[in-house]
Amino acid sequence: MSATASLLEVRHLKKLFPIRRGWNRRIIGAVSAVDDVSFTIREGETLGLVGESGCGKTTTARCILRAIPPTGGEILFRAADGRVVDLAPLSRAELRPLRPQIQMVFQDPFGSLNPRMTIFDNVGEPLLVNGLRDRRARLERVAGLLELTGLRPEHMHRFPHAFSGGQRQRIGIARALATEPRLVVADEPVSALDVSVQAQVLNLLLELQKRLHLTLLFVAHDLAVVKHISDRVAVMYVGQLVELATAEAIFRRPRHPYTAALMRAVPVPDPHAPSGDVALAGEVANPASPPAGCYFHPRCPHVVERCRSERPELREVAAGHVVRCHRAEELALAGVGAEPARGAQGVVESPDHRRENV
Amino acid sequence: MTAPVLRVTDLRVHFFLDEGLVRAVDGVSFDVPPGQVVGIVGESGCGKSVTMKAILQIVEPPGRIVGGQILFRKDSAPPVDLARLSPKSAELRAIRGAEIALIPQEPMAAFSPIHSVGEQIIEALQLHERQWRPSGPRLSRTEARSLTVDLFRSVGISMPEERVDAYSWQLSGGLRQRAMIAMALSCRPRLLIADEPTTAVDVTTQAQILNLLRELQRRHGTAIVFITHDLGVIAQMARYVVVMYLGRVMEQGSVEEIFHAPKHPYTRALLKSIPSVNVAPRTLLPTIAGSIPHPLGRPRGCPFHPRCPDAIPGVCAERAPALRPVGATQLASCFLYHRDEAAEP
Repeated sequence: MSATASLLEVRHLKKLFPIRRGWNRRIIGAVSAVDDVSFTIREGETLGLVGESGCGKTTTARCILRAIPPTGGEILFRAADGRVVDLAPLSRAELRPLRPQIQMVFQDPFGSLNPRMTIFDNVGEPLLVNGLRDRRARLERVAGLLELTGLRPEHMHRFPHAFSGGQRQRIGIARALATEPRLVVADEPVSALDVSVQAQVLNLLLELQKRLHLTLLFVAHDLAVVKHISDRVAVMYVGQLVELATAEAIFRRPRHPYTAALMRAVPVPDPHAPSGDVALAGEVANPASPPAGCYFHPRCPHVVERCRSERPELREVAAGHVVRCHRAEELALAGVGAEPARGAQGVVESPDHRRENV
Repeated sequence: MTAPVLRVTDLRVHFFLDEGLVRAVDGVSFDVPPGQVVGIVGESGCGKSVTMKAILQIVEPPGRIVGGQILFRKDSAPPVDLARLSPKSAELRAIRGAEIALIPQEPMAAFSPIHSVGEQIIEALQLHERQWRPSGPRLSRTEARSLTVDLFRSVGISMPEERVDAYSWQLSGGLRQRAMIAMALSCRPRLLIADEPTTAVDVTTQAQILNLLRELQRRHGTAIVFITHDLGVIAQMARYVVVMYLGRVMEQGSVEEIFHAPKHPYTRALLKSIPSVNVAPRTLLPTIAGSIPHPLGRPRGCPFHPRCPDAIPGVCAERAPALRPVGATQLASCFLYHRDEAAEP
């Protein structure tokens, strides 16, 4: 696919959760949380995985981490020694030597650190588990990690409650990096943080990635956050991948109506930005009984007869741009970011400039 | 200008904890003109939710309103100071829920799971029936029920006759929030307080809910105090904006002034640090140095001074600036715009 080798290749990943009912908890159906998802993550890149709640993005991440066993499909991971291993069928014992290479940053900076352990113990635990017994060496490593994530090493003997949300998230990142992982899975790492702190943590992740040549799977629901951090973006809807492309391409010209709707549903911090006319009707389909045809068709503004009956396949419509829509080529969907730049460069301050935008 | 529906003046709500005193709201003032949406925006610990609780007189101990006024105006009658009323007084209970209604953040927690949503709205209607019918016969259950069905229809709930009997846990997040809005509007309030009404729902649902609120606001002319941490939502919803930080108002003004000509260094920095979909991928964001101080360790002087790039040495750390005019309708509490005040001993 490209010059850089892929670190992770997910092929036809499936995860079904049984629905149980009755006194004997018999299985009466299944929720298809992840439904035939395939993508690759190249060495050193960030793949943003976006979607609304229940779309299967977290389940996908948990399958890759092998926190849960997938129902089907392959998770091909290129280990440090160059072997390509399929993580999907491995047992706990077989996974163990691979665990240090895939680490996770959690969403909730309050729940993810053990409150009874000092920062040194929290960050140092993965090292201890992986055989670094020498306390002196561990102290040194933890100090280095804290420094790397912008914390003061002299604070390492404090407990988590002494730190703010943003600092705790830095601690969580330091812990994830302790084992020098090749792949870091970050599940909504900034969504619990305040705006002013969120920006710091996003910048930290960007910098760390450049410095350590990290590969990152960044799971989030916030498109603006995803755009700030990702090289490529994958969009999920009801367990399926509906679109995947470079961040630049997907925001400039989304090919799937759901991606476009998602982008335009984000409220823009500018009172002159258009709003209100683009809301998507209806609600996310129930993954236990998804609609026939395209899962998105009941809400899609561009629906045609074919969408109601025939399920679209994921196909490549431009180089590196895959989409699951029958009408991907004919639709001209509006992206975001084409307008005169606002945002990070600063707010538009002169009233004259404002008038041009109206 | 018409008299405001709500005028909050120098409101102070303090929490008397064993560990010390937390000045959660420390001298907050703003007006809510009739039929307008006023947004209160700020990060965690800024006191926006406590302000909302003070207006409804639902601040829980050890918190207490220790100063200031909350003037609420009904029709042409002289305004009532809600801060003076006892939380349990009949007078306040007649206002709360009827004249001032709340859309809470978490509709799952706000509805009782053991009563149907319709039942809970019918209860509110019967409790505040005089709002609907100042005199005459009492509101019957059948009448209240049909009113509830109408309300459900007006907030865009499909199959309202069936949904009235549903329990909150049977509804999706979006429907639940719509039912909550129906409940808040049930007594035709003069003032609606929306406390992060879309934080718990997805973006596409958020867009629907915001559209609904905008439309209902236009139709009924209800004044809304819209509390959120999301500057995007504020820009789309509010006419006036109040920016809070650590219990104080940093800046307030029309939405255009706040977003296009922010004056206070905090507002400026906050606006710059929001991730935007309009930038090139993988760009660093401008940040605000440091983090929000612990509630018990609030800095002296201007609360923002330790993180402020423009802090004036020897001034900002010593005294807290007052909220003073900096534009047509814009006020800021910052010595940068009031050098004379800064020079005073």
